Amino acid sequence: MADRPWIMRTYSGHSTARESNALYREGLARGQTGLSIAFDLPTQCGYDSDHPLARGEVGKVGVPIDSIDDMELLLDGIPLGETNTSMTINAPAAWLLALYVAVAERQGVDRASLRGTTQNDVVKEYLSRGTWIFPPEASLRLTTDIIEFTVAEIPKWNPINICSYHLQEAGATPVQEVAYTLATAISVLDAIKVPADVLPRVVGRIAFFCNSGIRFIEEMCKMRVFDRLWDRITRERYGVEDPKLRRFRYGVQVNSLGLTAEQPENNIPRIVLESLGVLLSRDARARALQLPAWNEALGLPEAWDQQWSLRIQQILAHETDLLEYPDLFEGSVVIEQKVRELEEAAWAEIERIDREGGAIPAVREGSMKRAMVESNRTRLRAIEQGEKVVVGVNRYEDSEASPLVAHGKVVTPTEASELEQVDSLESRRKARDQTAVDGALGALRDALEAGTNVMPASIRCAHAGVTTGEWTDALRESLGEYRPPTGLDVARPAGSSEPRAEQLRRRVDEISHDLGRRLKLLVGKPGLDGHSNGAELLALAARDAGLEVVYAGIRQTPDELIAAAIQEGVHLVGLSVLSGSHMALVPRVVDAVDVPVVVGGIIPEADATELRDHGVAAVYTPRDHDLSRIVGEMIEIAAKGRVRV
Amino acid sequence: MSEELRDDLVDGVQSGDARSIAEAMAVVDDLRPEAFSRRQHLAAELATVTPEHHSIIGLTGPPGAGKSTLAGALIRAWVDGGSGVGMVAVDPTSQRSGGALLGDRARLRFGPKEPVFMRSLATRHRLGGLAPATHELASVLRAAYPRTLVETVGVGQSEVAVEHVCDSVVLVIQPGSGDALQFMKAGILEIPDLFVVHKADLGAPATRTRNDLESILALGPGPGADPDWTTPVLSVSAQTGDGLAELVEALDEHGRYLLESGQGKRRRSRSRIARVLDSFQSTYGSHGLNLLGGREAAVALAREVEGTDLDVFAHLADRSGLASAGREV
Repeated sequence: MADRPWIMRTYSGHSTARESNALYREGLARGQTGLSIAFDLPTQCGYDSDHPLARGEVGKVGVPIDSIDDMELLLDGIPLGETNTSMTINAPAAWLLALYVAVAERQGVDRASLRGTTQNDVVKEYLSRGTWIFPPEASLRLTTDIIEFTVAEIPKWNPINICSYHLQEAGATPVQEVAYTLATAISVLDAIKVPADVLPRVVGRIAFFCNSGIRFIEEMCKMRVFDRLWDRITRERYGVEDPKLRRFRYGVQVNSLGLTAEQPENNIPRIVLESLGVLLSRDARARALQLPAWNEALGLPEAWDQQWSLRIQQILAHETDLLEYPDLFEGSVVIEQKVRELEEAAWAEIERIDREGGAIPAVREGSMKRAMVESNRTRLRAIEQGEKVVVGVNRYEDSEASPLVAHGKVVTPTEASELEQVDSLESRRKARDQTAVDGALGALRDALEAGTNVMPASIRCAHAGVTTGEWTDALRESLGEYRPPTGLDVARPAGSSEPRAEQLRRRVDEISHDLGRRLKLLVGKPGLDGHSNGAELLALAARDAGLEVVYAGIRQTPDELIAAAIQEGVHLVGLSVLSGSHMALVPRVVDAVDVPVVVGGIIPEADATELRDHGVAAVYTPRDHDLSRIVGEMIEIAAKGRVRV
Repeated sequence: MSEELRDDLVDGVQSGDARSIAEAMAVVDDLRPEAFSRRQHLAAELATVTPEHHSIIGLTGPPGAGKSTLAGALIRAWVDGGSGVGMVAVDPTSQRSGGALLGDRARLRFGPKEPVFMRSLATRHRLGGLAPATHELASVLRAAYPRTLVETVGVGQSEVAVEHVCDSVVLVIQPGSGDALQFMKAGILEIPDLFVVHKADLGAPATRTRNDLESILALGPGPGADPDWTTPVLSVSAQTGDGLAELVEALDEHGRYLLESGQGKRRRSRSRIARVLDSFQSTYGSHGLNLLGGREAAVALAREVEGTDLDVFAHLADRSGLASAGREV
């Protein structure tokens, strides 16, 4: 019998709830079978749209949700009883789920009939994605609150999607991906407090969100390893008898890390091949798939770009014969050998983390982060030195002019939509029943204090019109905030001495001598985007070139970075912004400091020109992958000092 | 150096203006020989306007003892108490590249409008866990704020170097680590003016470490210690805030003691000579010291001059016949 097609999603959400709602309705009309909601960074980090840190970030990478009014607008006209909704939300997952449940209740839909997922995996936020808020132990408690609540009240909900996706995006190897993801699952299940007869049902609700890279044969083997090890863990560690409840259920977004800004049309075959990695093998086939857009390294994709990604899925499912066969690789000696090799290595790593006390202590100590930073450095060095071929980047670079890129325009949300959101939030705060708000927040604090499940009180908060910032602040007060070790805290010193680094060091010595003190650089990430790998790698490369590097870390307001640049007496400021908020954040820093400023990020050419006109000394995009070259240029820029435009 | 200093620079520093402080730091941290007289001039001006009770407090201890966290909690307590704070955080320079990663800024966060000025520094190949310009930079901050904190790298020898830069030295110890015994063996238990057993929230191990430390100290002050000051041992948890108020009070107490007993003045003068000899030797080697007639003669010569480090340095350089007074970057 032919397999059923997987759920086809498009990850989206833009500017405002109203516009996102229109986008969802279009997608559903076009044959998309599930919703996938992207929230903006203030929402993901638990800030209201009018918080100082939210400036420039509102509606940038997803939709802003300040309260139930936004959630109602977002889901307007979408029958929640019949929709499968994926919410990419982590630290405040309990809150967004509460809002979803409250909206369903207002639509008259029984919560028991709701279907969908909350990502709800905070470990990978500490390791890679960066939208953590609370300390790891407290985060684990929120995670298990959601699981325990949904198993009892929303039985078809997948309360958690443990992510290997972001680990691969941060440079993890397949073995690291498997091991860290399953170690996270173990730490979650170990913390679940339910009666023994309910535990198998909990295990059956655990879902995963994986990645698939261009080495698609190995990726397929990796998915089989996931499947086998999960079966083993759920049977041996949690005593689950029913094989159906032991199935490794997973959704996928294929790799974005390997998509290139150079000759971006080549990303289409890459995306197709990466999809095959998780579709080819029926025994380890993805349940749901979403594909990146071909041009996402260039800017935020438009509806047409997303349609192209959806069409790829439809062609694979409906035109090809992919779904007609049983598992193609059953009995393959070659595949079995590769699977076993990965399986053994991953299992050894899982056992090592277990000996360390599990994923939570490993987050605090930084061992997983350290290993991933190393893998990513190795990967980048291999690309830089041409050992790893990337077509259009380090091989076959010559290209005809691409008609696609020439015609494409890049969508950037307007400043107006941020102001609109802030205004409407202000009037909503005034219009609501403050007594109901205070009562609901009081009940939430009581639940936090008593250690009881936060979900019922959160749903009450949702109905009362409590805002995202208020809900999160109540939790911050009770649970505290946390800063995980950065890639720099855990990084080992660079390995081999490369001739280019040697050359840079001599130049840095020379300039430092002339300046009277060592060349000093500030690296920071303004805004809320937590993708710190680029900034951290640059900081390491600059250190290896002999610079003194002050790393200010993520979630910085422009004012904090200005203060840092002045207090530290740096010769150069490097800012990294991947959320698309560069125009709102960078010029303020440039205006206030006396030293040159360089910027890295996903910055469309038009914006880059504007930034340079505004006085930015250099703009780097994903196109610039040669770290030594970037550092070399930055050294010269610092030596020259600020050139006024 | 012909370049003139901005007229109101010292006023700006005193008023806590961040840009002025940064500008003054750029002057005193400029190690080119031609910048020497400018540095000397500014250091002297700052020294004249710095109130005697403004103090530099050193925070030292092994890695992992939680120095940064404790520094953050102390600064928070001082700022909430209405006082501005300067901080110099020292991180190691990479032996291989000469570069450094200065990460304290990502760990300690204060609002851009708060009266906190934090400067990160690399050791720049200096042994002893402190950077060459630490004292000059901390002195700029001392001119601006009642309290300046210096956080060391926390390697073995930094305790000695930090004594010569700070008025009060706090040694931070991690419970259950056996640190106390190690310090006693290394002979650095005499240096701190205050002990902090950190992470007091750990309970029993913290109490045990505190008891160990107290019984060692009960054996009496070591040869280098100040006989009139009883070194307190405090249990603090920056995490819960327990013991923090007591630490703040104990530091105030030590500050008062230094001021009233006259020890503070004597100590600054001793430290200055130690620093200058150290920097003189690292610039001119033992050859330089020999030209002055050896270490003891150099100390005697150094005593002849009142003033800043640079004044004393210039005096020694002059007497040795080695005119140009540059130092390593």
